Amino acid sequence: MNENQHKPEDDSRIIERATSGEYKYGFTSDIDTDIIPAGLNEDVVRRISELKGEPQWLLDFRLEAFRYWLTLEPPTWAHLDIPPIDFQAISYYAAPKKKEGPKSLDEVDPQLLDTFNRLGIPLEEQKALSGMAVDAVLDSVSVRTTHRERLAELGIVFCSFSEAVLEYPDLVRKYLGKVVNYRDNFYAALNSAVFSDGSFVYIPKGVRCPMELSTYFRINSAGTGQFERTLIVADDEAYVSYLEGCTAPMRDENQLHAAIVEIIVEERAEVKYSTVQNWYAGDAEGRGGVYNFVTKRGLCRGDYSKLSWTQVETGSAITWKYPSCILAGEGSVGEFYSVAVTNNRQQADTGTKMIHIGSNTTSTIVSKGISAGHSQNSYRGLVKVAPKAEGVRNYTQCDSLLLSGTCGAHTFPVIDVANSSAVVEHEATTSKISEDQIFYCNQRGIPTEEAIALIVNGYAKEVMNKLPMEFAVEAQKLLAITLEGSVG
Amino acid sequence: MEDLLKVENLRAGIDGKEILRGINLTVRPGEVHAIMGPNGSGKSTLSGVLAGDPRFTVLGGSATLAGVDLLGLSPEDRSHEGLFLSFQYPVEIPGVTMVNFMRAAINAKRKYLGLEPMSAADFLKTMRQKRAVVELDNKLASRSVNEGFSGGEKKRNEIFQMAMLEPRVAILDETDSGLDIDALRIVAGGVNKLKTDQNATIVITHYQRLLDYIKPDFVHILYKGRIVHTGGPELALELEEKGYDWIKQEVDNEQI
Repeated sequence: MNENQHKPEDDSRIIERATSGEYKYGFTSDIDTDIIPAGLNEDVVRRISELKGEPQWLLDFRLEAFRYWLTLEPPTWAHLDIPPIDFQAISYYAAPKKKEGPKSLDEVDPQLLDTFNRLGIPLEEQKALSGMAVDAVLDSVSVRTTHRERLAELGIVFCSFSEAVLEYPDLVRKYLGKVVNYRDNFYAALNSAVFSDGSFVYIPKGVRCPMELSTYFRINSAGTGQFERTLIVADDEAYVSYLEGCTAPMRDENQLHAAIVEIIVEERAEVKYSTVQNWYAGDAEGRGGVYNFVTKRGLCRGDYSKLSWTQVETGSAITWKYPSCILAGEGSVGEFYSVAVTNNRQQADTGTKMIHIGSNTTSTIVSKGISAGHSQNSYRGLVKVAPKAEGVRNYTQCDSLLLSGTCGAHTFPVIDVANSSAVVEHEATTSKISEDQIFYCNQRGIPTEEAIALIVNGYAKEVMNKLPMEFAVEAQKLLAITLEGSVG
Repeated sequence: MEDLLKVENLRAGIDGKEILRGINLTVRPGEVHAIMGPNGSGKSTLSGVLAGDPRFTVLGGSATLAGVDLLGLSPEDRSHEGLFLSFQYPVEIPGVTMVNFMRAAINAKRKYLGLEPMSAADFLKTMRQKRAVVELDNKLASRSVNEGFSGGEKKRNEIFQMAMLEPRVAILDETDSGLDIDALRIVAGGVNKLKTDQNATIVITHYQRLLDYIKPDFVHILYKGRIVHTGGPELALELEEKGYDWIKQEVDNEQI
């Protein structure tokens, strides 16, 4: 026996090592914060509303939602193992302390700016170079919205939700809760009661938003929940591409994130909504991490309107999220492109609902699940065709890639068709990265970890290609980080 | 002249079964060696073991490439040291484009050699030049690795990768299998164009046919895990005429 002989590593061990990437965004920032102490009751709801200087109608909205929430139990139908959550142990509001509301970037807390820089979101640079308008939400409060002046010239409103409530109360009141009612589900009710901030976008008739609008969410303070609320309205023949990025520091305890995104798309308008979600996923043993319980839904109200969801989900300990489209307008189009990666002890139950109400509506679903370690990854989808919806088309492609023998991939597709003219297609595949593929890459000089990243990115390409350029690069790196080990 | 590849008393097996039972082979720069033999004689095992295929276990002996102990290296480092294997069954990697695949390969090698990654412009230029060697068109770059390739295209793609990586020793495992005469000519032509007096080629084949195009300096006959005969090109012709039975008889009689 040759002593120096290269010992072929057990394949599962190689992949295990290659998929044990460290979380790169796990720093906390030492920023002064205003926090409402943990606990939830009507007084807390009132206090949040008061801190934000909200009008009475919004407080009433919150209280109604809160009272309804009290009657609910957390949902248990998802393929998730969710430890009991003590909703009284969470702080529902944390805001970076303001000295005097910053009016320019120079006045923003340098530590805060540094936080965003470390996230790879240099506000300053983005402002100058990329032509992207950025709103950054730290914990609960929107910190800064760039490019507002330029957008305002076109009549586009892009601001924090709180500001919108004060500055555009009629618009907010008209649309708030119209797509996701507070009665929709447990977390929607909770969010409606305690939502802290988020982004508001209004694109007026016939306006094509000339730049990508972008929001970065970050949970920073310990023991806080984040409940942001995003509302996007695209009026007739308007167009906007909206990007959402999420990160959170490493913490031992779990953090709750329960957001609502509502989108309204009017006649011949188009909204593209892209998410790169990288909340802290917990450590290899499943300690800590964010619970990401999100309700995202868009209403294609106008004829020939279009809503496209693209999501790259790599973070969170538990993800429960189904960005959906209600296709009400005649000939409206819904799309859902998703890559969901789970590793270690992560759990994801994600997918979409395409509700075809209008005639000649079409929808496309492309879901790519990637599971590694001991994770569980589920696709859950509903394609529903109403009785009066003629000529509906749906195409669903649902692929799972398994990187270990200990992970799980599941699909729960429901197809509910009440009109016989509908054409609904569903394709599904499950595959593994084979030893042959790894060896082929190795023989060409590509080390195993790099080979896995290459193959996974290739597998997810169809979805990644839907992301705007800057985001695609970031998302590709994220996939590699999530799945690559700490290469020496 | 320095030996490029030196294999001494190499023994290896799979699942506890010994397949290679003491291989000796010396390859010098500029040489072309053909390894022939009946089915199950260990030809593909030999190429797999040299390249570091983890399915095989080395049981003894040694193999060096330009003095470097191959058996102590990972498969990727063997590649970086200049060993190339043209697969009998090239593997499909859906979604990974040839351009991304080759870039990863080239840059991994450059990293190993302490060089900066190749610029995109240089890389694409190199790719253009090298695909011409095996007459592959410009669609190659954007196609997924071997996915949807015809049998002939897969083998041409192997030789294209060999051209890109410029190995010191290339092992062509049954590169002629499944090729029609035109594809065979293109593949063999590619191999011949890549030949220099610095590198060497080992052609593993069943048939004399490929050797009409790639002229070997030595022909080895592998049988029951050993090289039982070594000769010049005429040995291949003799095999073509007489088959393997006389070899088998000769060896089996000796063993009795």
